[in-house]
Parts: sequence; C-alpha cells; structure tokens
Amino acid sequence: MTAAAIDTEREPEDIERTSYLRAGYSLRSWLLTTDHKRIAILYLISITFFFAIAAVAAALIRLELVTPEGDLLSHEGYNRAFSIHGIMMVWFFLIPSIPNTIGNFMIPLMIGARDLAFPRLNLLSWYIFMVAGLFALFVVLAGGVDTGWTFYTPLTTMYANGAVVATVLAVFISGFSTILTGLNFIVTIHKLRAPGMTWSRLPLFIWSHYAVSIIFVLATPVLAITLLLLAAERIFGIGVFDPSLGGDPLLFQHLFWFYSHPAVYIMVLPAMGVVSELVTSGAHKKIFGYWFVAYASIAIAVIAFLVWGHHMFVAGQSVLASTVFSFLSIAVAVPSAIKVYNWTATLYKGDIALDAPLLYAMGFIGLFVVGGLTGLMLAMLAIDVHVHDTYFVVAHFHYIMVGGSVAAFFGALHYWWPKMTGRLYNEVLGRIAALLMIIGFNLTFFPQFLLGYEGMPRRYHVYPPEFQVLHIFSTAGAGMLGVAYLMPMFYLLWSLRFGKRAPANPWGATGLEWTTSSPPPKHNFTEQPVVIREPYDYHLAHPRSRENG
Amino acid sequence: MAEQSRAEIQFHNIDRQREADRLGMLVFLASEIMLFGGVFLAAFSLRMLSPDEYVSASSHMKLWHGTANTAILLASSMLAALAVEMASSSNPKWAGRCLWSAVGLGIVFLGVKAHEYYLDYLDGKLPGAANAHFSSEFEQLFSNFYFTATGLHALHVTGGLALLSTAALRRSARHDCHAILIGNAALYWHLVDIVWIFLYPTIYLAGASA
Repeated sequence: MTAAAIDTEREPEDIERTSYLRAGYSLRSWLLTTDHKRIAILYLISITFFFAIAAVAAALIRLELVTPEGDLLSHEGYNRAFSIHGIMMVWFFLIPSIPNTIGNFMIPLMIGARDLAFPRLNLLSWYIFMVAGLFALFVVLAGGVDTGWTFYTPLTTMYANGAVVATVLAVFISGFSTILTGLNFIVTIHKLRAPGMTWSRLPLFIWSHYAVSIIFVLATPVLAITLLLLAAERIFGIGVFDPSLGGDPLLFQHLFWFYSHPAVYIMVLPAMGVVSELVTSGAHKKIFGYWFVAYASIAIAVIAFLVWGHHMFVAGQSVLASTVFSFLSIAVAVPSAIKVYNWTATLYKGDIALDAPLLYAMGFIGLFVVGGLTGLMLAMLAIDVHVHDTYFVVAHFHYIMVGGSVAAFFGALHYWWPKMTGRLYNEVLGRIAALLMIIGFNLTFFPQFLLGYEGMPRRYHVYPPEFQVLHIFSTAGAGMLGVAYLMPMFYLLWSLRFGKRAPANPWGATGLEWTTSSPPPKHNFTEQPVVIREPYDYHLAHPRSRENG
Repeated sequence: MAEQSRAEIQFHNIDRQREADRLGMLVFLASEIMLFGGVFLAAFSLRMLSPDEYVSASSHMKLWHGTANTAILLASSMLAALAVEMASSSNPKWAGRCLWSAVGLGIVFLGVKAHEYYLDYLDGKLPGAANAHFSSEFEQLFSNFYFTATGLHALHVTGGLALLSTAALRRSARHDCHAILIGNAALYWHLVDIVWIFLYPTIYLAGASA
C-alpha cells in the first residue's frame, strides 16, 4: 500500500493539501517513500545516529588527552578512536549533512518543483547510504581500524590492524550514494525550475548546492577507484601502491587527496549556501553582490580540483609542484573572502533580529575566517613544513568543518525547522545553545592552534607534560560543545509535540519555500508557483513583515 | 515508460522529462569517466616511473585478443548507434535487431576476454594464483594493473549489456521515436567503448613494437 493509496477516500484536492507528514503513517509509507521531504527526514535520523557514534569517539580522545600519560586508552585503542571519529564524521555525517537533509528537503521547494527529478533514485541513494552505514557500524562493533581516515599506504595495505576492508568498503559504497545525489541535484536544478525561476533568481543555497553537486559527481568516483585498488591490494595482494613491487605509495596520496580535498569543499560549500540564506533573512536585506556570491561557489568548486598537492608538501613532492599547489591553494582565499565580505556587507545597516539561525550564521562567519586565515598560513610552504601533522592542522580543519559546517548545519536546522515540522522551537533555548556552541568550540580548538605551533604532533596520546594545561582547556571546551549539541536534540524534539504551530512564513523571509504551508503538502505546492521577483527582494514592502509572522 | 505521453508528476511536461533523462545519463557518464581517470593515472605513473619495464611487460600481452576485442566493441557500438537511428525513424523492428546484435557482440567481447584471462592463467600471469610466476617485480605490478583495469571494464561491459537488453526487451522503448531509453543505453555503451579504446593502447600497444 503506497502513501497515496491510504487516501483513496479523500478528494484529490484534499490529498494535495494534506501535509507530507500526514500522507501515511505506516513504517512502510516512510521506508518506501519517494517524497524528497520524507527522504530528507530519513537522512536526518540516520546522520544523527552516526554523529553520535563519532561524538563518543571524540569524547574518548579528549578524555585520554587530559593527562600526558596514556591511561584511558592503549596506543592501539587511541588509534582506533581517532580513526572511527574521522571516518564517521567525514563520510557519515559531514558530507551528507547539509546536502542530503536540508538540501534534499529544500531544493525542490526553493525552485518551485514538486520533487527531485529522479525520486526513486533519491530513495535508492538513501538505501545505499544505509548499506554503507551498516558496514561502518560493523567496523565499530568489530573493534574498529587504526588507519586514520586517510588510509595511507602502505600502512593500510600491509601493516594496519582491524577491519580495514570493511571500512574501505563502507566508504566506497557511501560514495555511490553521494554520486547519485549529486546527479539528482544537477538535473533537478537544470530541468525543474518553476516558470520565471531564472538562473539569476536562484537562491544562493541552490547555487552552492549546484557547485557541490559538481564535486560529488566528478570527485567521488576518483575516491571509489582509489579505494577499489586499495582493497584489491589488501585482499589479493593486487594493487599499484605496493613499494615492494616497485609501485608508488605516493600515487595513493595523489589519488586520495584529489578526492579528499574537494571533499573539504563538499563540507563547506553547502554551509556557505545556508549562511547566505540565514544572513539575508536575519538582516531582512537583499544580499550584497548576488553574482559574486554565486560565482564564488562555482570558483571554489573549480579550484577545489587543483589544490590537492598541498597535503603532500612534506611527502617528497617536487619543490616546483609544491610551489604551484601552494599558489593555487592561496587562490581559494579569493572566492572565500568575497563571500565573507558580502555577508558582512549584507548585515551592514540591516534590520537585524538576533535569532538562533543568525547567531549560528555569524558564528560560522567568525570561525570560518579563523579557519580560512590559518588555512592561508598552511598553504605557505615554509609554515606548513613547520606545523605539518601537528595540532595546528587539526585546529585549522576543525574550524572549517566543525566551526563552519556543523554550525551552519545547526543554523539551517533551526531556520527551516518550522518549515520541515510545522512547529516552532523555543527561541530562548535556541539562542543559548548557539552561543554555547560558539564559546565551547573556541575553547576546544583555539588551544590546539597553540599546541600545534608549540610542536604537539597529531595522533599521539602520550605527550610532554608542558602541553597538559592547553589540553585540559581543550577537553573542557569539548564538554561545553557536547552540551551545546545535545540541547537542540531535546528542545527540537520537544517542539514536535509541544511547540506552537508554525505559520507558513515565521521569519518573514523571501523564497518560494516560505510561500507554501508549514509543513508543505505532499507535492510541495497546491498550485504551480510562478516567480516574478528578484531573489532576496527585502527592500520591497514584503506582505508578511517580521512582526505579524 | 518511454512512450508514455504523460510526464511524471514532478515534471512540467513530457519534453522536460525527456531532457532530464538524457541529462541524468550524461552527468552519470561524467562520473564514470572520472572513475576510469584514476585507472589511467595509475597506468601513466607506472609508465613514467619505469618506462622500459612497462614496455617490456606490455609486450607479453595477448595483442591479437586485444585487437579483436577493439574491433568487436567498435562494431557493437556502431550497432547501438544504428538502433538509436532506427528507433527515431520509427523503425522499431530494426531498432530491436540492432540492439540484439550489439548485445551479441558484447557477449563475444566478454568471451574473448575470458579466453585471454584463461591463457594468462595458463602462463602463470594471474596474480595470487598457485602457478603464478613473473620474470620481474614490475611485471607482476603491471599484471596487477592489467587485471584490475580490464576487470573493472568487463564489469562495465556487463552493466552495459544489461542496459542494452532492457532497452531491447521493452516494446515501449523500441517504439519511442525520441529514443530516450535506447539513446541512454547507447550512450552508456559508447562510454564502455571509449574506455576500451584508451585501455587498448595503454595495455597492448605500448609494447607492441618491442
């Protein structure tokens, strides 16, 4: 019985008006749904689960590092903890986080479509993701792996302990889910825009998801083939990375980073799209420099493919190659800075309401600036050689991935929560959680910049006692961060049952997703929307002002 | 399916749906090209690291098997292209015949490949097999690469055959004058073909003159 079959008693118009949440209550109506909104919810539940596993691993790491001795975990146990943390966070939380939940839900709504172009493919992506997730779960239960999330050869192929093949397989399979999602987004954005929704009227969230879809489709297969060769080498002794046969272990690093550096932009580009929406809505002001922000997303996606070598400055790469990669890596700062300046200029003289989503967005901007500027430092050959493989690098990429992407994910979740669930969350608690996250994050990771600069290497759990004070600060911050992540889980779930019902447009924002009811009906719009206005036209008298929203 | 006059609910009209189906396949092919891109990068870096050993290892490949397979796959690809032409000029009977011939040649390709693998096994060139013996370490590395690359390609050939057969079996696809399903299957088949056209010189011709 499909979701629609339940509703045979009702009039067709009635079905069109029923919220997607009420279009069937059985488990089957969820697990076999092709509705992009329900699939987004399925993804949301799954990635929250993986986030929790990765968070437990992070907690183990931070607790171990409270003392200079290795007293909580063994060497091997510590290696496994940071490997599980990295693998789970990167492939099972960060990469699918914004695109597959918020993006899946919002892209059709924002462009005025009834669904994604290939709804069944969308469901298939979720199932593929879940198969990959089960493999990953098996790895966790089987005791984990000690390769780190980067799987460097020949460690991974010859010496590593643990469920290496299952891990590689999990990541390999999850890649297909990503590719199909990217394909679906690209075709949807090209072919399903509502009448009048020209490219110049697309919300910037769509532009950044278009950019990230390009990376999904073009970078992920390279990871797939790399992992395939890796698994072949591990299982059959077949492969091209084995130095004892005259193969090249560096080739693995080239191939891996050819995917994994763009993967960093997979994690941050959707976050940038979210921030563009949050900032314009929070300031009730037209975005400053629409085309600059839009093209900056595309520019980041393109440059993303040309900078992988900056992970290999000390891996025996030629100085010429390193110099070229260094220059290209610095070039990424240009589109990134354009975005930061334009968001700031959008906030300037705006009609600002400091609600939780905007707090998260401003948190993103600040943390992204710190992460970006330290990224520039790391792109310099001389500095990189000094701080390579230290906590400086760890702090840098956590500022981008956690400070940036996770903050944006939470901001997006708060901002679109009324639309997704039809309920309003508690704004006071929302603001407290947002501030707590920003403070806790800085307390966790700023000391790591100092640690790294002083020479604390990453992936060690026994360290000289002079580093202990900073490690204690970091662990204390991680505790705060944990509370900040747990809070929304409670008050958002609480709002599902007890929250006030949300109006169609609680923020008084522009954008097609706010023109339909909250939560939207099964096919998103009762009538085909037609777009006649420019994006973010807040300067016009908007029919629903913030006050009566 | 392909011949349906009404679009699925998310599309504004049937033309938009046809365009979307085609675009989806093209984007997928882009991703497939990147997948094989990694394979070719591995081959080129092997050759750059050890140019002489590469040529010598390549000279032990079964050149005639590779050459025959190139011809077979090219012919099959042409038949797939003809099927698209037949379907779009409303000639469903010949569209079906062309598709089945393309499938037949694809199966012949796999047969030749299997025979070649068997001969390689007899020669002791199959890494991991009990009788495996290599004249040099690099030859083993090359052999590893050869089996991984052609094995992955053979997997794609199998997928392509499934797609072509689906198109040939569906009456609606044969009668679709827009040739959406047949066109997409043929596009995929051309990709399989093109990948082979690059694999052929990389594996067989590099050592042909040695």
